[in-house]
Amino acid sequence: MDLSVEYLGLKLAHPLLPGASPLADEVGTVRALEDAGAPAIVMRSLFEEQLTQEQLSTFMATEQHRELSAEASSVLPEPAGYRLGSDAYLEQIRKIRAAVKVPVIASLNGTTTGGWLDFARLIEEAGASALELNLYSVPTDPGRDGAAVERDTLELVRTLKGRVKIPVAMKLSPFYTSLSNFARGLEEAGADGLIVFNRVFEPDIDVDALEVKRVLHLSDSSELPLRLRWLAILSAQRRIPLAISGGVHEVGDVIRALMAGATAVQLVSTLLRNGPSRLLSLRAGLERWLVEREYTSVRQLRGSMNLKACPDPSAYQRANYIHLLHGWREHPGAL
Amino acid sequence: MNTPRLLTVDGNEAVASVAHRLSETIAIYPITPSSAMAELADEWSAHGQQNIWGVVPRVVQLQSEAGVAGAVHGALQAGALTTTFTASQGLLLMIPNLYKIAGELTAFCMHVAARTLATHALSIFGDHSDVMACRQIGLGLLASGSVQEAHDLAAVAHAATLRARVPFLHFFDGFRTSHEVAKIAELSDEQLRAMVNEEAIAAHRARALDPEHPVLRGTAQNPDAFFQAREACNPFYAAVPGLVQEEMDRLAGLTGRQYHLVDYHGHPQAERVVVAMGSGAEVAHETVDWLVAKGERVGVLKVRLYRPFPAEAFLAVLPTSVRAVAVLDRTKEPGAPGEPLYLDVLTTLAEARSSRPMPTVVGGRYGLSSKEFDPGMVRAIFENLGRPEPKNHFTVGIVDDVTRTSLEWKRDFEISVPGRTQAVFYGLGSDGTVGANKASIKIIGEETDHAAQGYFVYDSKKSGAMTISHLRFGPGPIRSSYLVKQAGFVGVHQFQLIDRLDVLDLAAPGAVVLINAPYPPDQLWDRLPREFQETVLEKKLQLHVIDAVKVAQTAGMGGRINAVMQACFFALSGVLPRDEAIDQIKKSIEKTYKKKGAEVVRRNHAAVDASLAALFPVKVPGRMTSTRGRPPVVAPEAPDFVRRVTAVMLENKGDLLPVSAFPVDGTWPTATAKWEKRNLALEIPVWDGPICIQCNKCALVCPHAAIRTKVYGEGAVATAPSGFKHMPFKGQAGSAYTVQVAPEDCTGCGLCIEVCPAKDKANPRHKALELSPQPPLREQETRSFEFFLDLPEVDRTTLRLDVKGSQFLQPLFEFSGACSGCGETPYIKLLTQLFGDRMIIANATGCSSIYGGNLPSTPYTVNREGRGPAWANSLFEDNAEFGFGIRLGADALRQLAEATLKKQAPALGDAFVSALLEADQSTEAGLAAQRARVAELKKRLKADGVDGRRLLGLADHLVKKTVWIVGGDGWAYDIGYGGLDHVLSTDIDVNILVLDTEVYSNTGGQQSKATPLGAAAKFAAAGKATGKKDLGLLAMGYRTAYVAQVAFGAKDAQVVRAMLEAESYRGPSLVIAYSHCIAHGYDLVHGLEQQKRAVDSATWPLYRFDPRRIAAGQPPLVLDSGPAKIPLREYMREEARFRITETLDPERYKQLLVWAQQNVTQRYGVYEQLAKVVVPQATAIPDVRPPPAAALE
Repeated sequence: MDLSVEYLGLKLAHPLLPGASPLADEVGTVRALEDAGAPAIVMRSLFEEQLTQEQLSTFMATEQHRELSAEASSVLPEPAGYRLGSDAYLEQIRKIRAAVKVPVIASLNGTTTGGWLDFARLIEEAGASALELNLYSVPTDPGRDGAAVERDTLELVRTLKGRVKIPVAMKLSPFYTSLSNFARGLEEAGADGLIVFNRVFEPDIDVDALEVKRVLHLSDSSELPLRLRWLAILSAQRRIPLAISGGVHEVGDVIRALMAGATAVQLVSTLLRNGPSRLLSLRAGLERWLVEREYTSVRQLRGSMNLKACPDPSAYQRANYIHLLHGWREHPGAL
Repeated sequence: MNTPRLLTVDGNEAVASVAHRLSETIAIYPITPSSAMAELADEWSAHGQQNIWGVVPRVVQLQSEAGVAGAVHGALQAGALTTTFTASQGLLLMIPNLYKIAGELTAFCMHVAARTLATHALSIFGDHSDVMACRQIGLGLLASGSVQEAHDLAAVAHAATLRARVPFLHFFDGFRTSHEVAKIAELSDEQLRAMVNEEAIAAHRARALDPEHPVLRGTAQNPDAFFQAREACNPFYAAVPGLVQEEMDRLAGLTGRQYHLVDYHGHPQAERVVVAMGSGAEVAHETVDWLVAKGERVGVLKVRLYRPFPAEAFLAVLPTSVRAVAVLDRTKEPGAPGEPLYLDVLTTLAEARSSRPMPTVVGGRYGLSSKEFDPGMVRAIFENLGRPEPKNHFTVGIVDDVTRTSLEWKRDFEISVPGRTQAVFYGLGSDGTVGANKASIKIIGEETDHAAQGYFVYDSKKSGAMTISHLRFGPGPIRSSYLVKQAGFVGVHQFQLIDRLDVLDLAAPGAVVLINAPYPPDQLWDRLPREFQETVLEKKLQLHVIDAVKVAQTAGMGGRINAVMQACFFALSGVLPRDEAIDQIKKSIEKTYKKKGAEVVRRNHAAVDASLAALFPVKVPGRMTSTRGRPPVVAPEAPDFVRRVTAVMLENKGDLLPVSAFPVDGTWPTATAKWEKRNLALEIPVWDGPICIQCNKCALVCPHAAIRTKVYGEGAVATAPSGFKHMPFKGQAGSAYTVQVAPEDCTGCGLCIEVCPAKDKANPRHKALELSPQPPLREQETRSFEFFLDLPEVDRTTLRLDVKGSQFLQPLFEFSGACSGCGETPYIKLLTQLFGDRMIIANATGCSSIYGGNLPSTPYTVNREGRGPAWANSLFEDNAEFGFGIRLGADALRQLAEATLKKQAPALGDAFVSALLEADQSTEAGLAAQRARVAELKKRLKADGVDGRRLLGLADHLVKKTVWIVGGDGWAYDIGYGGLDHVLSTDIDVNILVLDTEVYSNTGGQQSKATPLGAAAKFAAAGKATGKKDLGLLAMGYRTAYVAQVAFGAKDAQVVRAMLEAESYRGPSLVIAYSHCIAHGYDLVHGLEQQKRAVDSATWPLYRFDPRRIAAGQPPLVLDSGPAKIPLREYMREEARFRITETLDPERYKQLLVWAQQNVTQRYGVYEQLAKVVVPQATAIPDVRPPPAAALE
């Protein structure tokens, strides 16, 4: 069975790869993932905040105590070789490259066109084969319209593409007024792939402390449908490959994602829960399913149920909602 | 001779560079101003930098200088080439071993940044009193007077000791040379190799202890042998001067720089000559050139080799034409017939009187504790020598109006050097001015042909500290080892300094003045005080203004204005073409901040790029327009001493105070900090009474006693000024409650805001305390604070002493110069609230002795009755013993008072006397009753008989005194541990508070045994690989000491409880207090959160071990915090000290993290078990010990 796919210029033996997560923090885990057949490794996102805020806050906190008194020209050592901010990330790319044969996809998370973008070049130099750019932000400025947000993002993509040669995939959130249009813009701006969708910290409220907490739960299969819809729509409209991130836990989820149009299927929660070997069993399950149903390759499966190919495209569109409501009205006893 | 590499470095680096390359073993301990040498050596070795033999020197830290000396002695005995660095009291601690090392004729060279010895006061600054305390040991003493000399003579000393076998102490002036940045020619490895004699090294090794050819050293000799054996070393000492000169000649051959044992400079037929050592000799050199050019026959004799004193060389270079000699000593020996160099010169000349005429010889003291020594003073000395009866035993540089020793001198005398630029910069420690100036000096030194010099003066505060940078550059050499007196460029980096001191004092006529001000060029003039305007007009100064804060903020740099001001300095001074200057600044930023991250570099660059467009000349109108003068330094109602002395020092004019202004014995009044209104906070807390839950936590955490709470009769508010805030006190009808900020004393740290738990229910973002800009609030809140202070204090006898109650007590420690957000001072403040009116504090040297006792102002204060903490600092190493002694002394007086009282019983009444003797003073009520009895006693006592008079003098000792021994972890865990341990082993009733910042904070963050595993600290730059010493567990081992570990940010109630229990325990008590610190590397506004994380991760378990529970059959140890709720890494990742270790080597850090977590888990596990242990009651064994002394009360 030919499971191979081409994603971000990389020839992958099959479409299942570990998504951006702490899985790539340990070289040992990375080796285990390779052993489990991972065709590429996606590293945890390096946040713009990490690149700027941590540097700046440490800088401010330490520099303002420099030359504090005649007795102390500084209060912390500055050993040569230590670098705040980002070097550890680059070092980790190098280490993974040295430890495994499969390509490394690095991941950056940020929204401004600040100096942190220079870091993409360093990531490339460190040996990453591709880069994910995670675009998640919550626009709260009422003075900034959706068009401006999108325009700035496209500018960011163009800037980034001007700085690196490696392929860049955009990791999207579902919260765009016209995602299809925006996806077209991204492709035109040079994006080499799209990932639907990022999962982010959600707010929660501590009612005793009167504080807002940030929480991130591992995903489950209930997050799949939203992604299936957009894979189905975008894969029908765009030439660049798509990847799914979030909600893929079972073999059935994998198959659905591929049918909706994903080229690559990113796995995080299920690997964190079940360990790297989960990759092996999902892959085997996929292969078994394809063989049983006499598919010849995964390419045959990909997009077979997208907006263009599925028997009833309206199921992906607004009609979907109306049908269900009508259904409920017609069969009130169903509840 | 190859062209040497030119470096722009300070004296410490210049010396350490040679010492590191010529040593195999280096033992270190931090002490100002020598610490940087040790830090550099440690850092270089940590990077694998090799010595000239291709080996990385092993650098080890010891627990004290005494420990260093022992380790050095051992390493030398084992045959290693060994060095160390020290100063002052540290050098004194080495003396016993130095005698041994010298007596054993051991090749050894150490380097001393010469510093004042503590006498009537401690001083971190420079003079020769430490080195002079070593002149009798038998060391070779070699003096350097400049950064280049220090570099060169360090090599000479290392080379000479190998050949001579006499150990060498190479010294140079602390701060003036150790901290002066100058351009020097570096000695290459090749040159150093040519300097040292390999055969001598082999001989050194051959003398080492070695079982292959064993010998015995350190015998005990008897009267029959010792004397002769002691004289056996004489030939070695006799050979030293010749050998040193040979090494100096060798250096000259290699470098072209020729030194002599004694160098003469001046008129060949000089009649008047000054003799000096160190940097002062360079000032004399410069002055002599000027005087000779004016036709005067004067000269200077620089003594470089001081021991063995090179009499022959001295006589050889002293012109025979000399009629009068002034010998200058940078030390004082009270009671001696003269200071040491003077006596040596006198002896040398007297012994040569048969062969040459004996000139008049006078001695003088100068420059103690880095007191300025300038050409005006040298000129005055020559003038003195020109008098028929020159003054002997004079002082110069001060006005001695008591014993009239001082010479008068012209303070404004300045030698102007053609082509030289001089600049001064006024800034704050926190704004980066000094760092930028160090960078500028490096740029000028390395990118131009100029010689360059930088020297930096700091005030003694840790928050809002002012810095003054003195820069010189131009054709070299620069021998001006004194502050700039006439600056062609004045940078005022903080506008508010214009109101604090006369920043134009040093401006030369026509000077360029650059001001950072939040005003456009057309508004600046009117904002300046009259005095400033007057000076500008008088001196015809050229003003320029830049709103550097705005430029920095726009570039995303917050208030870091250093790069902006540096760009403007280069633009205005024209030392380099503008573009080149900007380019060099950017390069230097990149080099300096690369480690801090690319974004930091990018933003600094952006700030530099935007600077010049925001720089404007100011058109000075021809007249004064300002309606305001500089505000008074202290309020007119301040006490006489504060106005006469403290205020002058605050104004940076302490040099003008005469001898008579000072107490004769170092005794200083407390309660003076309140007169110094520093107005540091940009924002201060504002209280919203209706939301407040009246928990008083804000007051507890405030490091500066700048936010306070009071409860008082509600009738008092009738006279309150408008705007004074108050609320009904919850739970007590008829009482009012106020939270009040001291607006001019607050440093704006924000800890009170962080701790405030009271949120507005409808808008939880709003709390009962919020920060708001200070200037619009200042006037109102100052009035309110004054009224607040006048409100009656709470009745101590009725108060419940918990967190809330303790904060109604008056703090007797206020407005110290500690860092904004300091984690130590809240503990000290709390102690003074609980016990301040009856406490004596023994304070170890360190941060707490600096913010507690560094002049000009003193934060310990008094209550309305005039009572308050009596405080003293003895040394760093002896604080436990010092406090122990204080207790002994106080007990002795109390016992005498009691005995005398008993004798007076018939006259005073038996019942009254026994009430006095048997008073229960364990509560505030009991103490108040005893105070009343003592007052009554004083009334009843007739001061006629001997006993009556005696008792009158001793009566106050009938009130319980509490002794607190306070210090940091460097003292308690390391240098003072032996004493601390001894005190804990006794039954003496003292209380020990260890303010544990887990590093030597005051000297700049060197590791101590309290430093936790994984933390990077100086001397452990790669991250400490061993665990923190468990001081508490060691103390518990005695089972007779009270021990508690506390963290006010995690559990404040436990802190109050532990302090009360410790004080009430009649035996030694130890309270170990978590103290967040700037050396941990995060914004201290998060200090309380980090304390919580420390406790939640169990790295800082809270506990109380009370021996009194043993007798009650209970486990003495009670754990006040539970097992870990969060992994240790969640605590560690928030602090730069751990992040440095992590980023340096992530893999190693992971391993360290595992060990650290293991350590923490194991320790907590042990405590958990101990907390269940009941100590068996050994009833079968009768307790035949005498009752403890404390029980005799």
